[in-house]
Amino acid sequence: MPKVIEIRWHGRGGQGAKTAAELLAEAAGAADKYIQGFPEYGPERMGAPVVAFNRISDEPIKLHCHVTNPDVVLVLDSTLVGKIGVTDGLREDGILLINTNKSPQDMRNLLGSIGKVFTVDATGIALETIGRAIPNTPMLGAFIRVTSLLDLNFFIAHTKEELKKKFKGKGQIIEGNLEAIKRAYQEVEGE
Amino acid sequence: MPKKVIMKGNEAVALAMRQINPNVVAAYPITPQTEIVQIFSSFVSDELVDTEFVTVESEHSAMSASIGASAAGARAMTATSANGLAFMWEVIYIAASLRLPIVMAVVNRALSGPINIHCDHSDSMGARDSGWIQIYSENAQEAYDNMIQGIRIAEHEDLKLPVMVTMDGFIISHAMENLMVLEDDKVEDFIGEYKPQYPLLDIENPVTYGPLDLYDFYFEHKRQQAEAMRIAGRIIKNVADDYEKLSGRSYGLVEPYYLEDAKVALVVLGSTAGTAKACVDELRLEGKKVGLLKIRVFRPFPYDEIIEALKGLKVVAIMDRSDSFSSFGGPVFNEVRSAILSLERPPITLSYIYGLGGRDVNLKDILGLYHDLEEIVFSGEPGEVLRYLGVRES
Repeated sequence: MPKVIEIRWHGRGGQGAKTAAELLAEAAGAADKYIQGFPEYGPERMGAPVVAFNRISDEPIKLHCHVTNPDVVLVLDSTLVGKIGVTDGLREDGILLINTNKSPQDMRNLLGSIGKVFTVDATGIALETIGRAIPNTPMLGAFIRVTSLLDLNFFIAHTKEELKKKFKGKGQIIEGNLEAIKRAYQEVEGE
Repeated sequence: MPKKVIMKGNEAVALAMRQINPNVVAAYPITPQTEIVQIFSSFVSDELVDTEFVTVESEHSAMSASIGASAAGARAMTATSANGLAFMWEVIYIAASLRLPIVMAVVNRALSGPINIHCDHSDSMGARDSGWIQIYSENAQEAYDNMIQGIRIAEHEDLKLPVMVTMDGFIISHAMENLMVLEDDKVEDFIGEYKPQYPLLDIENPVTYGPLDLYDFYFEHKRQQAEAMRIAGRIIKNVADDYEKLSGRSYGLVEPYYLEDAKVALVVLGSTAGTAKACVDELRLEGKKVGLLKIRVFRPFPYDEIIEALKGLKVVAIMDRSDSFSSFGGPVFNEVRSAILSLERPPITLSYIYGLGGRDVNLKDILGLYHDLEEIVFSGEPGEVLRYLGVRES
């Protein structure tokens, strides 16, 4: 693995790409990693394509630029595939994780020979566990499975505390998100 | 114990302001500074600070209220960006010439137009001759540290000068990073209690601020202001030494990076210094003799340190994240070039304008730049002095 793991999120406004990048940064930081988490700020609006970035490293991170050669790309909305260059700059041995109910082989057929492809039905999981089509937290569960960058139990415990701050008194939403993370961790499929 | 935290630049600056606990904050929100004002105002309503928070209707009033508060004897702070700073224009000169130690966070953003909310340095570079000390931050850690040091610098009895602490808009202000923060009481001890020298509210010793000052004394007042700025570098270094004892983090007026044996170098300030350091690390692994000089303090201009750092180099690219439209390079270029012309064998200098309006500058861009500099060493042909990095020209 390279010294700095670079991650790019693709989603649509409202799906929580920025929040996911921040949750990941906070959790990895709590696990004593050096981190960055930042979105690309444009004229965001609900449904418009958005991008967010993470860097994770065991050493201080000096770079202050967008991620152009990611090790991992996460796609929160499979309708972006083919419309936005989700695999642009992805390293040859990189990981592409897509929220879709299709198989990795189906996505591979669409995308050609790019890295390692993983899929998970994060929207389906979110609807069943949280009751809303917000796929960001289950995508984090799948991310942890396919990268092994963080320990699942540590991540769940940390995210629980972070979600408590965001959703005061809404225990059901918090539990739903944690369940979504666990399920996506189990259900993510590779080739 | 200092605490490890994950924060955005704006959160780090707001935290520093909470720990400083100024008497007065007068501020108006503007992207990308907004979060500083928003977070700080919640500290006020949660009674975590004793600050009188003045919600003004514009940046001109934010600076005017800060001036009034500071002249009255308060420790006053504010924050702004871009057009907000431009709107403060006439009053920032007054703050400096009245010798009011106001500390202001400037979250660097391009000036309109066309309208752009992203980072460049056209806002603070425009204020470079206003008489404010200017300290540029590479990352959230430096923004936090510079805010705390800024108070001690501004309030030093030999200076009494306002201080701008800048950080790059969005790139730092809105990006989460790791940083170490000090305990509240350590910050309180470091900055000490503010003892204003000539407060307006000291009615036993009445003073006048800002009276008419014509050709009889105006010049002497300006000369004193210039003298304070002349000695400010030494005081900034002393404050940095004290801060290092407290935090373990070392700061100078400039930061040389692998310059000892370098043949080519960049001169850069702000967040791009970090990206450029990563390039130097990579090129050094290949045995290339490259380095960089980060300018932390741009006002006062640290010419001695710059001359010392750049002597012996063959080619130096001086990077400006703003254009002066003089057709002869940006402000950093002109001042650095002018300083090193006193060297017996000054290096070839090139002006690179980059990153306007938030245009991303990545590893590849800077690696290409270093490659160009090495080509010049090889060929001895400097080519065009004024260059634009990462712009479409056709």
